[in-house]
Amino acid sequence: MTVLQTLVDAVALGLLYALVAMGIGLVFGVMRLVNFAHGELLTAGAYALLLTNDMPLAVGLAACFGAVVALALAMEVVYRPLRTTTPTTMLVTTFAVSFLLQAVALLAFGARGRNVGVLSELNRAVSIGDLRVRWVTLVSIGVGALLLTATALVLARTDVGLQMRAAAMDATTAQLLGVRASTVIRFAFLLAAVVAAAATVLLTVQRPLVTPSYGFQLVIPALVGVVVGGLDRLVSATLGGFAIGFATAVLGDVLPADGRVFLDTALFLLVILVLLVRPGGLFGRTRAAWERV
Amino acid sequence: MPDAMLQIRDLELRYAGVPAVRGLTLEVGRGEVVGLVGPNGAGKSSTLLAIMGMVPPYRGEILLEGRPLAGRKTEAIVRSGVALVPERRHIFPELTVEENLRLGLVGRRSRDGASDDLDRVAALFPVVRDARHRAAGVLSGGQQQQLAIARALVARPDLLLLDEPSLGLAPAVVDGVFEALAEVRAGGVTILLVEQRAQFAVGFADRTHVLANGELRLTLSPADAGDSERITAAYFGA
Ligand SMILES: Nc1ncnc2c1ncn2[C@@H]1O[C@H](COP(=O)(O)OP(=O)(O)OP(=O)(O)O)[C@@H](O)[C@H]1O
Ligand SMILES: [Mg+2]
Repeated sequence: MTVLQTLVDAVALGLLYALVAMGIGLVFGVMRLVNFAHGELLTAGAYALLLTNDMPLAVGLAACFGAVVALALAMEVVYRPLRTTTPTTMLVTTFAVSFLLQAVALLAFGARGRNVGVLSELNRAVSIGDLRVRWVTLVSIGVGALLLTATALVLARTDVGLQMRAAAMDATTAQLLGVRASTVIRFAFLLAAVVAAAATVLLTVQRPLVTPSYGFQLVIPALVGVVVGGLDRLVSATLGGFAIGFATAVLGDVLPADGRVFLDTALFLLVILVLLVRPGGLFGRTRAAWERV
Repeated sequence: MPDAMLQIRDLELRYAGVPAVRGLTLEVGRGEVVGLVGPNGAGKSSTLLAIMGMVPPYRGEILLEGRPLAGRKTEAIVRSGVALVPERRHIFPELTVEENLRLGLVGRRSRDGASDDLDRVAALFPVVRDARHRAAGVLSGGQQQQLAIARALVARPDLLLLDEPSLGLAPAVVDGVFEALAEVRAGGVTILLVEQRAQFAVGFADRTHVLANGELRLTLSPADAGDSERITAAYFGA
């Protein structure tokens, strides 16, 4: 295995994490809510792929996107009363939703992991010069770059994208101009869901073993990236996600496998700590509530 | 009095139980310009925010064209033809001038004629066209105020609420803003103009109410514009 090969794989995983991070950042922008249950969107998509394992690919993809979008829109409804509450209430509620959904998955599918077989042929490798690259790596880089660009275009060029950016910058003024909070929030969840569903398809190719905590385990590091990057800027949140995915892939190649458990736990504690002390991210603009005034 | 565009009846506003506006009653007729002046903390901005549906009345009512606004959301009030130019302008500094203007279009009832209205505000405030690709945050204070007014106008409001358009601007710049507002008035837009510096409002408005400590003190006509003693006395509760 060459260094270049590790780097190409790391870019691919980085882009998938960037998609997940961007979804979290999109929702945070318009709602000031850190959705810990974002991972359960991935879990829902992964189980949808699992249940349609033996069906044609198109059915599987439709089920995955359908399940993720439906769950995201349901979350938006559940979170609606939180718009006027404190950040702490929001955080606790999204935690509760996350654990509730994991419990539901546990009851429905059991604790034992099962393998998704969709698109597993993408794990075959191609040779590019000296490099042996798996197809999924190339597809992930292509799809990741495409979706990041598409989202950037939606935000930059469309009316609803402009309204989302305005609401993220100054919600009160946006409201005074007639921007409908429910429209921009629903659209943010929708965008986040589409992107999360695409990430799920590609992630299950690389990590086919689906358990009730599938998405949770993926989202914790993505959240670390988002928070470290800075929640109040979508670009830095997305970059933070990319950096964590990239680092995870590199470390995964370098570290022994049993180091993983501790890595996840440490990351989880780190994200809570940073959220409490610097909710705007280490490099973000906003400071903790008690520092502001 | 022409038919009423806006009626405020016995309005009381409170923040955490503390009254900010008490028993305010005033009326703005269609096509009129009414001033509302008063010192710091008098309750002027709170009154405008209540009209916009951002501060719920504790008592009393607000009617737009005879219909009560109670329970209507801000987004609906904007679409029934009310636009606010907020205190301190609140333009989006990181967005371009053009994007700021496009956000003003959100409040329109229909997109028909939007490009004509954009042309009209560009004629009134050339900076919104000349600087359209620049970040709004790099504009001067006076230009930002023009942009904030332009952004409100492209929503095609029947009632324009202005919260201290002179704030932080040099007198010559304020004159420019008020010349533009005179054209807006000539176009038939009804205006409720809040000012802390009373001299700007009294000479411009058809009537100007003085609000101090949450209560109406006095109503002035343009003829009183030079009578600074009366204005000062009302401000300081004599
Ligand atoms: N969001 C708020 N929460 C609590 N109190 C508020 C709030 N907004 C305004 N107040 C209080 O209500 C009163 C009226 O404030 P308001 O901003 O309406 O006055 P104003 O006439 O616009 O003053 P200024 O000329 O300084 O803009 C003040 O005592 C102010 O401290
Ligand atoms: Mg004020």
